[in-house]
Amino acid sequence: MNSGGIDWTAAGLWLAVVASGFYHGANPGMGWPLAVSAGLMKKRARALVTALGPLTIGHLLATLLMILPFGLLVALVQWRREAQISASLLVIGFGVFRLAKRRHPRVLARVRSTQLGLWSFAVAIAHGAGLMLVPIYLGLCQIDDLDKGHKAAGILGSSDLRMAILVSIVHSVSMIACGGFLAWLVYRYLGLRFVSRSWFNLDAPWAFSLITVGVISLSISLTDGP
Amino acid sequence: MSMRPDPTFHASPKLAMEAAPEDFAYTLLLSPDFSKPDALAVIDVKPGSSTFSQIVHTVTMPYKGDEFHHFGWNACSSALSPLTGHAFLERRYLIIPGLRSSRIYVVDTKPDPTKAKIHKIIEPEQVFKKTGYSRPHTVHCGPEGVYISTLGGGGKEGTEGPPGIFIMDCETFDILGRWEIDRGPQQLHYDFWWNLPRDYMVSSEWALPPQFENGIVPEDLLSNKYGHRLHFWDLRGRRNVQTIDLGANHQMALEVRPAHDPVREYGFVGVVVDTTNLEGSIWTWWREGGKFHIEKTATIPPEPASKEQLPALLQGFGAVPPLVTDIDLSMDDRFLYVACWGTGEMRQYDVTNPQKPTLTGSVRIGGIARHTPHPNGKAYAGGPQMVEISRDGKRVYWTNSLYSTWDDQFYPDGVAGAEVMANANPSGGLGLATDYWVDLPDGYRAHQIRLEGGDCSTDSFCYSSA
Repeated sequence: MNSGGIDWTAAGLWLAVVASGFYHGANPGMGWPLAVSAGLMKKRARALVTALGPLTIGHLLATLLMILPFGLLVALVQWRREAQISASLLVIGFGVFRLAKRRHPRVLARVRSTQLGLWSFAVAIAHGAGLMLVPIYLGLCQIDDLDKGHKAAGILGSSDLRMAILVSIVHSVSMIACGGFLAWLVYRYLGLRFVSRSWFNLDAPWAFSLITVGVISLSISLTDGP
Repeated sequence: MSMRPDPTFHASPKLAMEAAPEDFAYTLLLSPDFSKPDALAVIDVKPGSSTFSQIVHTVTMPYKGDEFHHFGWNACSSALSPLTGHAFLERRYLIIPGLRSSRIYVVDTKPDPTKAKIHKIIEPEQVFKKTGYSRPHTVHCGPEGVYISTLGGGGKEGTEGPPGIFIMDCETFDILGRWEIDRGPQQLHYDFWWNLPRDYMVSSEWALPPQFENGIVPEDLLSNKYGHRLHFWDLRGRRNVQTIDLGANHQMALEVRPAHDPVREYGFVGVVVDTTNLEGSIWTWWREGGKFHIEKTATIPPEPASKEQLPALLQGFGAVPPLVTDIDLSMDDRFLYVACWGTGEMRQYDVTNPQKPTLTGSVRIGGIARHTPHPNGKAYAGGPQMVEISRDGKRVYWTNSLYSTWDDQFYPDGVAGAEVMANANPSGGLGLATDYWVDLPDGYRAHQIRLEGGDCSTDSFCYSSA
């Protein structure tokens, strides 16, 4: 499918799912330093690996929570374009909010170090990590749709829900692959100095990423006739 | 808000030790008769500098009668906590509470310490209104902002309700409110510190304001009415989980010094005086099987003295109590420094085995009966008091005043302000640096010292050095 001169292909979208996973995983704010800390505190590399489990689950659930409602929206009612536009606006709006209010969500400081899954979930929600995937996900649903031809309303579009789960899993696995790799490198080879050296303030770039994803998705929805 | 973490934030104590040494020391100056405003002195401590050991800048406060005591940074290495994920604060502002006035000053140390200036003043009414506490004391930078302990509750005397800890925003410096959700049996307060990844806090007890503001109350001391308990808290849950009584005769449990490496679940606390024998003592607490335990691990005996050598307060005892008023633990958790303000001694203990502190060094200076002068020949009034260790553990700085009214009772001849430094041998041993002597302005005494880029009683860490 070709719209507005942009090659909005399935391969590109899947690449975006994986790339955003790497991006989230590399961000220290999404938890890889926690895995390093866990390894050092328990003095065992196994503790580092163990910490990656709940971090993945938390991120996965946060992503699902964000994209599933949109999955239901496009599956139950044929408001695909409206869903796409509103998702784009939501992502842009959240990006602007993050840019304007760059203060630290203090509530995260109340989560315990033993509640890694909850922490990962909360941090992904607070930063809009799952939200960033919604427009990408909707794009994938659309392609899936076109491939199969329009579905009968009775099927309830269960393929959209399967797609939501698939997108969340692929994204979260990419996230933890990248974050886990970094945690391992720091723990085993680079040393703790790398924690502060590699920690860039991603607040503004992160907000711009959200806005960019939203704007691209919005422009496609708008140029894409009803 | 910067793009990179502040270079003075370190993931582990080991990295903090390896960083560049301090060029400046910040010292609080207080006017003991409240005739002048208190001040912050910025001292050049860079070896080889033409102004070495001199005050190069002074920030004088606009009010009188604050009585400065302890202070701390708006942010430190705890900002690298992997849980808060927000490492872009700056170690820039010194938070200076007035212990007597309950006023809090925020001093900006950037762009240059020699140009430090007042950034914000929080009036006492704000503290009272938002927290119900008074007499702010210890300042620590933590994951939820700046934590400040108080010695007084509400009301003029500070006796309406127990004192506690409140939290201040580390960027806007707005007071956010009380920290405790469940204080358990805690009714007195003094110092506190924590182990961030292990998620616990330890707090100690001095006394309520009527027991210290007008001087030590001998009857209260002899009837064991000063603080003698240690409280252990669930840090994130904000609940008291355990209180340990050291025994009523162990009067005034003051500074709390947990091991810096978060993997070590132990720490130390100093007890000023045992009322049964005038001993000072060091206690080691540790966590095992989810419970906290504590044991007296070192004692320091009193020194006999004749009546003429003693102030009225001590004449009945015929001896000088060591008065352990401050302790400080080196960044590698190896050496514990113990200030004996009464006998005029700074002790260095090797605490590699925390249950068995071994005396490895000692410096004599000042003292109630001894009056040991500095090796440079100058008289040193008072005794070693607030002590601060450089991050690399090679230099130990200290001042000589305890608290305005108490100084006058123990040292009736006055405690002219002094700040000295000792060089510490990496394998043990301590000797006063003959070239370090800070000339403090007349009429001022000196209390806590903070070192540029962090020191051993400021920074807390979330990663083990291992």
